[in-house]
Amino acid sequence: MYVPLLQVRDLAVTFRQEGMETTPVRSVSLTVHAGDRVAVVGESGCGKSLTALALTRLAPTDRARLSGEVLFEGADTLTLDNRALARVRGHGIAYVFQDPSASLNPVMRVCDQIAESLPNLSRADRLAAAIDLLRKTGLPDPARAARAFPCELSGGQQQRVMLAMALAARPKLLVADEPTTALDVTTQRQVLDLIDTLADAHDMAVLLITHNLGLVAGRMERVYVMYAGEIVESGAVADVLAHPRHPYTRGLLAAVPLLDAPRDTPLQDIPGTVPSPDAWPAGCAFAPRCAEAAPRCHTDPPPETLSDERMFRCWPKQQTGQESETRTRAAREDARPPSTFPDREP
Amino acid sequence: MTLLNVQDLHVTYHAHGQKPVEAVRGVSFSVDAGESLGIVGESGCGKSSLAKTVIGLQPPSAGSLRFKGQELSRMAPAAFRDYRRVVQMVFQDAVGSLNPRMTVRQTLEEVLHVHRMVPANRVAARVRELLDRVGLPETVLDAYPREISGGQCQRISFARCLALEPQLIIADEPVSALDVSVQARILNLVRTLQKELHLAVILISHDLAVVRNICDRVAVMYAGQFVESGPAADVLDAPKHAYTRELLAAVPDVGRALRERAQRPTSQLLTPSS
Repeated sequence: MYVPLLQVRDLAVTFRQEGMETTPVRSVSLTVHAGDRVAVVGESGCGKSLTALALTRLAPTDRARLSGEVLFEGADTLTLDNRALARVRGHGIAYVFQDPSASLNPVMRVCDQIAESLPNLSRADRLAAAIDLLRKTGLPDPARAARAFPCELSGGQQQRVMLAMALAARPKLLVADEPTTALDVTTQRQVLDLIDTLADAHDMAVLLITHNLGLVAGRMERVYVMYAGEIVESGAVADVLAHPRHPYTRGLLAAVPLLDAPRDTPLQDIPGTVPSPDAWPAGCAFAPRCAEAAPRCHTDPPPETLSDERMFRCWPKQQTGQESETRTRAAREDARPPSTFPDREP
Repeated sequence: MTLLNVQDLHVTYHAHGQKPVEAVRGVSFSVDAGESLGIVGESGCGKSSLAKTVIGLQPPSAGSLRFKGQELSRMAPAAFRDYRRVVQMVFQDAVGSLNPRMTVRQTLEEVLHVHRMVPANRVAARVRELLDRVGLPETVLDAYPREISGGQCQRISFARCLALEPQLIIADEPVSALDVSVQARILNLVRTLQKELHLAVILISHDLAVVRNICDRVAVMYAGQFVESGPAADVLDAPKHAYTRELLAAVPDVGRALRERAQRPTSQLLTPSS
């Protein structure tokens, strides 16, 4: 029987503090196949990073309660014993985070930090292995970089070091949480190209967490759009971004400045902010910010509409009485007619 | 009217025992009143050194910097104080550029007091006007920077600049740390302020799409020099310099990515259903 590399079902993360319970991640289900390129997008505060951390129980478990299932190669990491979980961390799922300078130990040489993830080698072999890993990440002078302290390297170089560390144990899934947000465009491209190359070479799946839809459009195969702790839309990248079904996805797309848009095109922002986890709105969490919201959106949670590989969570428009076709500028470029709505029970 | 005229500007840093670093090597440009200039380039190309020099935080090692015809280095102290007021800067790290121990109200009142912008009995009213200008509710007045979002902090930064009734605002990567939806709001704010207050804006960014959205003219900076400059549409639609083309190609643009995706054969991804 086929077992996907990672299958998350109804993952929820609940914090209990001073008698108050908040649930920043309410219900996340996602699947990553071996060698897959999957993105999770959404604004800050939507629970993307916490979801990523929860995959290997890195969320602070003394305060956080994780529920649901995270099946990695068929085994639920939420219930694995610590020994087995330690195998999954690093060997199964490795991470690269946003701010490399905060992720690296500032008082440890780069080679020693990489060597920490290579425990079964002699000291000399570890140094050689560290240099070898650095070489794979395309650092110009790996031997010199290995002896450097993190502060002696630029942001892009530091992120390469983080990648070298992540790759040390040959993971099957790389979780990259905003890996290039702190870098400028040219470095960003180099680092993402590198992740692509390494993922191809090692047959590694990539779960990219980002708010940059351009990166998703250019590099990823499937995308999960996350809002207020839930997946609100998912599907193939070309499909979701060219024909977004959820108003939140459309809002994100319309907010992005485009290279070929005429100057002074006002960008459409999404009014308001992501609600705080202790006050998720009733009904559809996006309704208070949604221009198309109907009364029922504020009271009843929207149903999940599934067709083929596509999912979105929104009340169908014909039932809210709004027929206005809001399409994004990106979608307008595309002449394909939108695929038909799957029939819904009344 | 030419507001700022920069001719052959050089900025060199001297570090003890090391050879001097030339961060800006002969840059010339001018900014008219109400005009917006985008300066793009990657980290380390000298964009921020240039900004610091224009604002008077870093003396140039050579070249001329004129504001309304007056040479900056020969300005009388009173004139220079005035220059410091009418040329303002907004930084990338919005939260970090506000004093964490001061509430929004204190932050805005302080600049009004220091520069004696309004009589004491008008300060409170002016603070409310400024908040309104940048689209923030009065409820944030007594909040500390950590209690409000990054986008709101960036609005406060703009409000703090506007308190001084500036003629030129230099915004150094004002949106690169923000979410797309917040970024859109800040960019719209910059555009509105520029139009309504006839402000000149120098926008420093590595995101060409951001520059394209706001700026009249663009200068592309590489290794301390402008390698290409001109009207934004010309430079970005028909880049002449190889580096500009490289920068353009590096922008992860949604529209372009989707068009390219539509042209290449659909990838055959192995899924359980197929």
